[in-house]
Amino acid sequence: MASVNAIKDDGDRTSLIYNPVVRGIVFQCVVFFGILALIYWFVRNTLDNLARAGRDISFGFLNERAGFDIGQALIPYSSDSTYTDALQVGLLNTLLVAAVGIVTATLVGFIVGIGRLSGNWLIRKICTVYVEVFRNIPPLLVIFFWYLGVLAILPQPRESFHLPFGSLLSNRGLSIPRPVWGEGAWLVGLAFVIAIAMTVFVARQASARQMATGQRLPVLWINLGLFVGLILLAMIVSGFPLSFDVPVLGAFQTSGGFAIGPEFLALYLSLSLYTASFIAEIVRAGIRGVGRGQSEAAHALGIRSGTTTRLVVIPQAMRIIVPPLTSQYLNLTKNSSLAIAVGYPDLVSVGGTILNKSGNSIQIVAIWMVVYLTISLLTSVFMNWFNTRVALVER
Amino acid sequence: MSATDFVYVRKELEQPLPPPASQHGLVHWIRTNLFASPLDSVLTIFGLLVIAYFLPPILSWVFINAQWTGSDRSVCATVAQGGVQPDGWAGACWAFVWAKFGQFMFNNYPLAERWRVILCGAMLVALIVPFLMPRAPYKALNAILLFGVLPIVGYFLLIGGTFGLRYVPTREWGGFMVTIILSYVGIVVSLPMGVLLALGRKSELPVIKMLSVIFIEMVRGVPLITVLFMATKMLPLFMPNGMKLDDFLCVLIGVSIFASAYMAEVIRGGLQAMPKGQYEGADSLGLNYWQKMRLIILPQALKLVIPGIVNTFIGLFKDTSLVYIVNMFDLLGAVRRNFSDPTWISPQTPMTGLVFAGFVFWIFCFGMSRYSIYMENRLDRGHKR
Repeated sequence: MASVNAIKDDGDRTSLIYNPVVRGIVFQCVVFFGILALIYWFVRNTLDNLARAGRDISFGFLNERAGFDIGQALIPYSSDSTYTDALQVGLLNTLLVAAVGIVTATLVGFIVGIGRLSGNWLIRKICTVYVEVFRNIPPLLVIFFWYLGVLAILPQPRESFHLPFGSLLSNRGLSIPRPVWGEGAWLVGLAFVIAIAMTVFVARQASARQMATGQRLPVLWINLGLFVGLILLAMIVSGFPLSFDVPVLGAFQTSGGFAIGPEFLALYLSLSLYTASFIAEIVRAGIRGVGRGQSEAAHALGIRSGTTTRLVVIPQAMRIIVPPLTSQYLNLTKNSSLAIAVGYPDLVSVGGTILNKSGNSIQIVAIWMVVYLTISLLTSVFMNWFNTRVALVER
Repeated sequence: MSATDFVYVRKELEQPLPPPASQHGLVHWIRTNLFASPLDSVLTIFGLLVIAYFLPPILSWVFINAQWTGSDRSVCATVAQGGVQPDGWAGACWAFVWAKFGQFMFNNYPLAERWRVILCGAMLVALIVPFLMPRAPYKALNAILLFGVLPIVGYFLLIGGTFGLRYVPTREWGGFMVTIILSYVGIVVSLPMGVLLALGRKSELPVIKMLSVIFIEMVRGVPLITVLFMATKMLPLFMPNGMKLDDFLCVLIGVSIFASAYMAEVIRGGLQAMPKGQYEGADSLGLNYWQKMRLIILPQALKLVIPGIVNTFIGLFKDTSLVYIVNMFDLLGAVRRNFSDPTWISPQTPMTGLVFAGFVFWIFCFGMSRYSIYMENRLDRGHKR
């Protein structure tokens, strides 16, 4: 209220009822205590109801035995573990599907978004159809579509589809070869870390050299060579400690390999494809948002089309893209709670099971809220940091 | 020289020559739009391959192999599955959708009472169509009828129990009508709530601002499913002993809370986009806060964010499908529920049902997004400088 300052000085000349400052304070007090009273009423009723049902709002139940199995767990878990363990398994599963989904959605989204701006009519139309189809269908329906419509009617495990690299696809999910690291594998890991360190070093040196002399090193090729060479060298030295555990067909299920359940597949595919359609629109808007004059000026300077895109258009487009991209990442993470519909054990799904078993709804909902709010907050903080890095530095 | 010396004088303009064959026509279009460069050619061929791979199976599934009529699962199952189709047959089972159409629309709403739902739907359409047309007159009256009168009329008509209408408990509701009711109530509640929250967030009163920010960020930070769980499992606990909240009401409250928080952020965008002079102008006229907002700021700000409001509404419309998870049967839930009907169970049934539900959702969302673009273009005209 801009009027507050203007009239404040007249406060003593007019009646108190008409003093905006006094009115503001009174109004706030009324609202505040009204809400406080409402909350008090809720709390009292809740305590009353819980006492009648013989329950409380302590978190002690978290140490009790869970007593249910979880299909996919990243950390050791059995039905004898506690509720806390179960929730941790759920949280890790949420983070897993969110992380993998975000990477895929970003990739697909950028490809489709750029495709929508392509000069090629056919590609443009295909990308438009993709975006318009997936953007306008509820994600839950897409999950059901994959889970019930596609994955469930795949053949039995014994008639699995054979995919490249010995992978098997059946109605029990996808089995891919699992790398098995033998003795001396630490050397390969070490080589990997060294390669990363050297890549960073080379990149810094190259950019310093370019700043000083104007000459450019073929950074990409050097780094690729470094990576491949170092890791190959480590492999040879340690005597190829890597073997693959290839999945084998069985009568009712495949054995060996790394099995990815249909629940995860359905959720992962749906979340990625659904979010990708939104990211594509963001990318398109971002690139369109860069003035045409920018690329025309670059062309006038004799910079080639690909280089123009990479050095002139994309860096400026990123400024427009990053903020809405953040909210899409958060949306994907929040949408991963749809896992409960197909029984993928994410945080909400596991929490729901515990809620039904123990009836401690308040605690479970509180845990959900805390976890999701924390994830939202952390993502925003990270993306804000990234945003300040790509943001326009003005005088 | 006299004029007669001229052997030939052109009487009319020469027709311009057509552009060279390489500069126009189909061939030119194909060359510039599909085969402009080697990379383009590769992409085009790749695109054609993608289409050739996906389109024929989809077409044959949807149209050619599809079963349009039938009374039970046998028309949609192969011989090995106990049906009449040859082995390896795969096609849509539209007969299933046809047989279950009433279920999909109304779920378990009593057959004899369905005219009430249809009447409500007709009233909704009759009010919403002129409301969305910018040129239609009586906007204020229309809005009052749509957002004020229809909810009350609809409530008495759908629930019944009064005026000689049979009582229909909400647990018999379902199908597409629930999808519509949820989105409708969501928008009716979230618009005013969103305005209040957005004003609260822009307010200079610290307590009001803090409360609004907490509410908005808390709700926006968590998934809708947790809000729904909260509404269905925790809300009943909040009520005094003996007071029973209807499950459907709980879900409505959850959806409304969720939509309000998102709507608030959209409207805040509109408030922030208003030039400062508008606020100052209103102040200098001596308008008080509510007059300023009601007469000057909100009419302009809301108009500015109509596309955003429509987009929020599209999101809300899609999100209503989540109520299935708390045992409410909206369109998707009703479709999903009928998969297990033994009369129709077959490998093709789930896919057919989902494609149908997806198509319905798609039509509505796509229509709304087109409307949003149309409004955007229309509103844009006045603001161009």
